[in-house]
Amino acid sequence: MIALMIRDMRLAVRAGGGFGLGLAFFLLVAVIVPLGVGPEPATLAKIAPGILWVGALLSCLLSLDRIFALDFEDGSMDLLATSPLPMEGAVAVKAMAHWLVTGLPLVSAAPVLGVLLNLPLPGYLWLVVSLALGTPALSVIGAFGAALTVGLKRGGLLMSLLVLPLYMPTLIFGAEVVKRGAAGLAVATPLAFLAAITAGSLALLPFAAAAAIRVNLR
Amino acid sequence: MSLLSAQDLAVARAGIAVLEGVQFALTAGQALVLRGPNGIGKTTLLRTVAGLQPPLQGNITAPPDTVAYAAHADGVKATLTVAENLAFWAQVFGTSGAEAAIDRMALRELADRRAANLSAGQKRRLGLARLLVTGRPVWVMDEPTVSLDAASVQLFGDVVRDHLAAGGAALIATHIDLGLDAAVLDLSPFKARPAAQGGIRSAFDEAFT
Repeated sequence: MIALMIRDMRLAVRAGGGFGLGLAFFLLVAVIVPLGVGPEPATLAKIAPGILWVGALLSCLLSLDRIFALDFEDGSMDLLATSPLPMEGAVAVKAMAHWLVTGLPLVSAAPVLGVLLNLPLPGYLWLVVSLALGTPALSVIGAFGAALTVGLKRGGLLMSLLVLPLYMPTLIFGAEVVKRGAAGLAVATPLAFLAAITAGSLALLPFAAAAAIRVNLR
Repeated sequence: MSLLSAQDLAVARAGIAVLEGVQFALTAGQALVLRGPNGIGKTTLLRTVAGLQPPLQGNITAPPDTVAYAAHADGVKATLTVAENLAFWAQVFGTSGAEAAIDRMALRELADRRAANLSAGQKRRLGLARLLVTGRPVWVMDEPTVSLDAASVQLFGDVVRDHLAAGGAALIATHIDLGLDAAVLDLSPFKARPAAQGGIRSAFDEAFT
């Protein structure tokens, strides 16, 4: 398990591995939006929570198909399936590796990008908290989508269509946490929902994804 | 002791039965070579034996965790070095044979090279070296000698012979003589009959009745 995690992270960091792709995209979104909507601080402060969450979600989506597609193409998936690792564990570990190389950098970059978007001061803590709680769900849900479409050539579009609706609850509650946090309101309810979504997906989706991969390997 | 046996096995590719009534048994020290024309179902049979797909009919009997599978694709990661590739599989299978496998498959001077820079034959040797690090007794191999040169085929034949001498077994789909003392199973007589002639009705046929 740990070996698989180290391998996936190593592959991601080496040339062509896609590490930094999501982060660069996130950065671009946060830089471009003020240029597009104009520099009024009041407008930016109003839309900042939503833009930051949408940006994080799309950045996450960008690298999802790499979770399984590369291993499937070069035959590693067959070999992993015949190895002593349970497929559920392998899926969970690969989703976690995806989070470590995509989600975690987003969480740490978000406060800096919050400055660009004039996020109100009380919002920063909740931005980091909500992203830290929510992005693992994005990775796991995405791993499920990637597992469903792994056998398809150019399955990226189909995967996005499958995954985006599943991302909506995470986005809504995540952005709500930041919005309320920035306005100084109580955040407990959306935060609890966000945590519940993450916990539920972490517990259930590795099993669903493993089943999907087994079917796709036949 | 039987390491691997199949009784009345029928296998399907994409929902259509390709082989039926296949029987064989492998004990320690034995190798079985599968022959048959292209498309007869050698790969499908091997994938079924490896547990990647369920048989349509019949049983495969093997103790748990005995089969190591080597497919057409080597599962080699291009951005990892030869040593890193093997070390990963050794960790996954919980063995410590990576260094020995590098020496055995004559990969020592390539050990620190990235797999992207290997030739097709060298990549194949790396893929086969993976079998050594699995530590599993039954090697199930699909055309293992593709893109190997004569010397490498010889080397690989020796490796398989050592494995058999050490109490292993091998199921190989190949058209090349590896110099093994192996039984040959020609799959042509086991070609599945069409459903209309009493063959197995698969899920695919069901959909059209």
